[in-house]
Amino acid sequence: MRLRFVLAEIAHGFRRNASMISAVILVTFVSLTAVGAALMLQIQVERIKGDWYDKIEVSIYMCPADAVDQGNCAAGAVSDDQLQAVEDRLESEVLAPYVEAFFYQDAESVFEEYQERFGGSYMTNEVSVEMFGPVIHVQLIDPDNFKVVTDAVGSMPGVWQAVDQSDLFDRLFDLLSKVRLAALAVAAVLGLAAILLITTTIRLSALSRQRETGIMRLVGASNLFIQLPFMLEGAVAALTGSVLAVGTLWGVAQFWLAGWVEQNFVVVMGSINPADAIMVAPWLVIAAVVLAGVSSALTLRRFTRV
Amino acid sequence: MITFQNVTKIYARGARPALDAVSLEIPRGQFCFLVGASGSGKSTLLSLVLREEHITSGQAFVLGQDIAKMPQRRIPRFRRQIGSVFQDFRLLERKTVFQNVAFAMQVIGRPRHAIMRTVPDVLDLVGLAGKEKRTPHELSGGEQQRVAIARAVVNRPQILLADEPTGNLDPRTSEGIMAVLERVNQTGTTVVMATHDVGLVDQAQQRVVELVEGRVVRDEASGYYGGEG
Repeated sequence: MRLRFVLAEIAHGFRRNASMISAVILVTFVSLTAVGAALMLQIQVERIKGDWYDKIEVSIYMCPADAVDQGNCAAGAVSDDQLQAVEDRLESEVLAPYVEAFFYQDAESVFEEYQERFGGSYMTNEVSVEMFGPVIHVQLIDPDNFKVVTDAVGSMPGVWQAVDQSDLFDRLFDLLSKVRLAALAVAAVLGLAAILLITTTIRLSALSRQRETGIMRLVGASNLFIQLPFMLEGAVAALTGSVLAVGTLWGVAQFWLAGWVEQNFVVVMGSINPADAIMVAPWLVIAAVVLAGVSSALTLRRFTRV
Repeated sequence: MITFQNVTKIYARGARPALDAVSLEIPRGQFCFLVGASGSGKSTLLSLVLREEHITSGQAFVLGQDIAKMPQRRIPRFRRQIGSVFQDFRLLERKTVFQNVAFAMQVIGRPRHAIMRTVPDVLDLVGLAGKEKRTPHELSGGEQQRVAIARAVVNRPQILLADEPTGNLDPRTSEGIMAVLERVNQTGTTVVMATHDVGLVDQAQQRVVELVEGRVVRDEASGYYGGEG
């Protein structure tokens, strides 16, 4: 009887307050979608780090015969002695603890690789093998220590540039973390809006049912029983918003983002997994409950006191 | 049943007391009128009994409990033993007669079968048998007040507080309401009724307590509205 009565009260409140309830659902929906997007980005960043950080290597580009950017290479192509000096440095007592292995790749093979990757585009038209020098690929024992290696060999004669791939990742992570921050900011603002809206909704609902609650108090209904329909009204609306948010995130990951990312960032990202949406779902539901709970606590004390 | 000892109620600091050192004893099963001009303290007295307001000083016992010391959480259970009716009926317009009365049982968690059994009996007691499915706007004022009384007594309270229950009704209808209240009283419920209605009081030959500016000025076991003279 009690449960049925409470459910009937909630349904009644929804009908009477339909537009406010819809507003609550929409605002929590958008705000929780932003929270969810931020969480999914975080998961994605962690995954990329896990997958790729281990494979980061340092590439030491040696001077080509015809350097586009003179810099270190004003003296022309790298000499065999200079090459040997770099390799010796990598094997030295100073660097050996950091270096797992290194491979020499000659200029022709680098040029071929370049042509394979960009073949047919304008980027290959004006390029000749003279523009490429040999490359030494260095695998690190701990990828975080790349800087020791780049510093040690970067300015040696015959070295054009010592580049670590973490640069590329850092720029990507930087971008992703900015997007994540923006999403969190949106989430915070909308979360506040959601709390205010739920508070107002509960207040309106309580005012429009003052006669009912008045009678309930007179005949001795418990505080919890009087307040429960209002609390649940806000909670159900917020939960509906969170369900919509989870659905949206999942749909975006499944039908749109996965394909788009695969086309554009195949090298780095792999695919965003729709299962991530399911992983963040519990957190969004908890966030919805917190939103509704805070709002109820703010309102009900004042409006439905015994 | 209700015992007031030197009870004073002051709403705002420095204001004239709404009740001023009132002492009063209403035994179980009694029918007691509270009479007096508007603002004499009748409604304040009722709201103290119901523990809607705190007493400022003095001691008050209702149903054996010291209401000044009653903790907040005990209030709901306490109120289940007290019914209330008002001048403005306070019915729920969207519910039927049956639902209005059932509401008082639902919200304290009474089971469905108890509601189905009790509500018709109570509607019968107040003379509304056969009108279960009407909504309040389909009823006369007197009938609406009968619904309110049914709702107030459906949980079998030991005390019924009636605050100007006939204030909006014509004399003949008022007599009907009075008859219902007397019937409730005969089932053993203590009835305290605040009223302006001279005719009803004079006819009923019940106890009369008169308040003037928050003080009890007259208390007669079987009295008239304006006193013996």
